[in-house]
Amino acid sequence: MINLVKEKNPMPEQDPMVRNKNFKEVSTGYTADMAINEAMRCLQCRKKPCTGGCPVRVRIPEFIARIAAGEFEEAYQVISTTSSLPAICGRVCPQENQCEGRCVQGLKGEPVAIGRLERFAADWHREHGSGEAAAQADSNGRKVAVVGSGPAGLACAGDLIAKGYGVTVYESLHKEGGVLAYGIPEFRLPKDIVSSEVSALKDRGVCFINNAVVGMSMTVDELFEDGFEAVFVGTGAGLPQFMNIPGENLLGVYSANEYLTRINLMKAYKPEYDTPIQISRKVAVIGGGNVAMDAARCAKRMGAEEVHIVYRRSMEEIPARQEEIHHAIEEGIHFQLLTNPVAIRGTEKGYVCGLECVEMELGEPDASGRRRPVEKKDSNFVLEVDAVIMAIGTRLNKLILETTENLSANSRGGIGAEEETGATSCPGVFAGGDAVTGAATVILAMGAGKNAADSIDRYLEKRV
Amino acid sequence: MYEIISKRRLNSTITWLVIKAPLVARKARPGQFIILRTDEYGERIPLTMAGHDSEKGTIDIIYQAVGKTTLLLDQFEVGDALLDVVGPLGRPTEMEGLKRVAVVGGGTGNALAYPIAKGMYDTGIQVDMIAGFQTKDVVILEEEFRAGTSNLYITTDDGSYGEKGFTTDKLKALIESGEKYDEVVAVGPPVMMKFVCQLTAKYGIKTVVSLTAYMVDGTGMCGGCRVVIGGENKFACVDGPEFDGQLVNWDELIQRNSFYKEQEQEDMVHVCRLTGGVRCHD
Ligand SMILES: Cc1cc2nc3c(=O)[nH]c(=O)nc-3n(C[C@H](O)[C@H](O)[C@H](O)COP(=O)(O)OP(=O)(O)OC[C@H]3O[C@@H](n4cnc5c(N)ncnc54)[C@H](O)[C@@H]3O)c2cc1C
Ligand SMILES: Cc1cc2nc3c(=O)[nH]c(=O)nc-3n(C[C@H](O)[C@H](O)[C@H](O)COP(=O)(O)OP(=O)(O)OC[C@H]3O[C@@H](n4cnc5c(N)ncnc54)[C@H](O)[C@@H]3O)c2cc1C
Ligand code: SF4
Ligand code: FES
Repeated sequence: MINLVKEKNPMPEQDPMVRNKNFKEVSTGYTADMAINEAMRCLQCRKKPCTGGCPVRVRIPEFIARIAAGEFEEAYQVISTTSSLPAICGRVCPQENQCEGRCVQGLKGEPVAIGRLERFAADWHREHGSGEAAAQADSNGRKVAVVGSGPAGLACAGDLIAKGYGVTVYESLHKEGGVLAYGIPEFRLPKDIVSSEVSALKDRGVCFINNAVVGMSMTVDELFEDGFEAVFVGTGAGLPQFMNIPGENLLGVYSANEYLTRINLMKAYKPEYDTPIQISRKVAVIGGGNVAMDAARCAKRMGAEEVHIVYRRSMEEIPARQEEIHHAIEEGIHFQLLTNPVAIRGTEKGYVCGLECVEMELGEPDASGRRRPVEKKDSNFVLEVDAVIMAIGTRLNKLILETTENLSANSRGGIGAEEETGATSCPGVFAGGDAVTGAATVILAMGAGKNAADSIDRYLEKRV
Repeated sequence: MYEIISKRRLNSTITWLVIKAPLVARKARPGQFIILRTDEYGERIPLTMAGHDSEKGTIDIIYQAVGKTTLLLDQFEVGDALLDVVGPLGRPTEMEGLKRVAVVGGGTGNALAYPIAKGMYDTGIQVDMIAGFQTKDVVILEEEFRAGTSNLYITTDDGSYGEKGFTTDKLKALIESGEKYDEVVAVGPPVMMKFVCQLTAKYGIKTVVSLTAYMVDGTGMCGGCRVVIGGENKFACVDGPEFDGQLVNWDELIQRNSFYKEQEQEDMVHVCRLTGGVRCHD
């Protein structure tokens, strides 16, 4: 029976004025009844346009049908044939541009809440599943190294171990997960979920070596000397960019990476942890992506009275996920749109005391197709703040490019790799995720990791 | 886990530890550093490697107990283990083409200067070491420097040991007396490094300094360690920690290193008063 309601079942959430003071998850998840009710909205289209919008081709109508039938564990099993991190994707994927963006129900009303259903199935499995590990392929005695434990590395490791390879993941930080661990905050993605995905890989035999910076602790060439027959590089795009405006080195100017790492990885919000962080009253976050939203919402939770997102275009162009913008507004974050910072002002002792901005208006579309912001003359004003967080993007960190012979870069300064296979200019070295594309999404990074696992398998089969 | 193999107190606040860290020891070179975390609640702090033994798989660190983390570190005994040690990080000291070098160390900075001086001496470079301290009681590494440099000059601010005066006085005297250096290396408090650089600039001698900036990851990911070199932002962890001292914006560096001072003072009083150095929530 089809549910004809045009809107999605709403997601139960913590009250905005309560949650903006704690780090607990914002959305508490569908109940079984809500999930079944939502699953009934799916038309089970024969052409499955939703699946076409998913970078890893989750069999969407099939898993939704299982939820509608109340077979939640089976629903999870359907998803896990293609996606190794459903509890994560269900929470952080930009569904509105992917599966849900193509859902037929979205033509007249709201699309089916595919992401929320995916999350429901994954959470159900975590709480009620048998815990049985997937059947293991026999070991083929060959070793592959994975560099970086973000979604690209984890997806690649999962697929390789399933094919029988011995897999070792090298990670420079003390915790696995990449951006999932150090960037995306607890209130959006509980760290327990990331840890349990990593534990599941460990149970299946993947070996993790943390505190190992490839390029410094050992080079890619040395990994080959150590007996690895192929190497997957999924090191992300972690190098923060600054604007090069006056005052950027004042005390209280953070890159979003530093701010988020201190909070999420180093738990600065918990009193029992030593990590120092500035306690700010008024904060400006520069940028309009997911990273900016996360930094702003963290600042609010760290006790800031006033938090401003400063973004140079309008709400139309803002790149963050709809849901996150909506959550941020609810939590009391101010949006200074069509505003561009020109300088940061400081006190005599060097602490930030203001952000000088200029108003913008939108001109003709530029190369990216978005209307180009231009400064309004004589519109400068000062936003009184004591901290400024730069969330204007990141680039590839060059450690591996600089230390691996014959490895070439692509035009964006990332590692040069074929899109389909992940093959690089170095035989046996594959790469994918943000390290190749620049900052993108979790699901694209996972897709790249999986593609690389396939082509590593083909490469090694040929090379007996 | 990274086990402590030996522990030796050099003076009332400075301690030498040898730590099992085979992956780090395998690649370590003079001038490089590690980042460690004592336990789950700990900060990540950077420390220069004072030495390493790739066969035994150990590294050496010499640290001064100045704040919360280093005080906690001081509670570890032989057989205990640190939770995390990452490295080697940073660029190794550049030595190519050098024949004669003066290395200037100030206070704890001598611990950071030691591996550089010894590393250079071991490759056949003639090294004049000027080790400066406030007073006799805090002099460290005298024997090591004697064995690992060509000439050792010790100075104390109060004249209680060695020659009375600052390291810059001694360096100036050596240069004026006609000693010719291809390069000067200065490691110590930023103010000292700044004055060394001002002095050597006058004589046109290239001067390398090792900078300490707040660090989190040590791999170029957080940008917290940014320092201004020749008007450009550089990351001390991957572009450094050694830089051309005559290009450093010292005032900004000194200012940035004061960021968490007040918070740290509070934390430290807490550790000492409540627990005498041991965590209360363990
Ligand atoms: C704050 C923030 C919020 C985001 N929100 C979303 C969202 O809501 N939805 C979404 O889809 N995407 C989001 N993204 C983007 C998404 O997280 C990334 O696209 C994705 O994590 C990229 O995965 P990756 O595996 O390529 O790299 P990463 O996740 O960056 O992982 C790379 C890993 O490699 C390690 N590493 C780096 N260099 C080395 C080395 N030399 N040796 C060993 N290890 C190394 C790093 O420590 C890291 O753990 C967000 C990103 C950020 C920063
Ligand atoms: C590349 C590098 C190599 C270093 N090598 C050594 C070494 O070999 N021996 C040694 O004793 N110290 C070294 N330091 C300094 C050492 O990191 C700090 O003393 C330590 O972090 C202090 O931690 P704490 O929690 O005990 O003190 P805190 O309470 O955090 O701070 C006490 C004082 O130390 C300063 N400080 C804190 N963190 C840092 C930091 N990351 N860098 C610089 N200063 C800091 C603070 O401004 C404060 O004045 C090095 C620093 C860097 C960046
Ligand atoms: S497009 Fe929408 S309605 Fe159609 S199968 Fe996919 S989820 Fe169901
Ligand atoms: S310590 Fe984070 S970039 Fe240098």
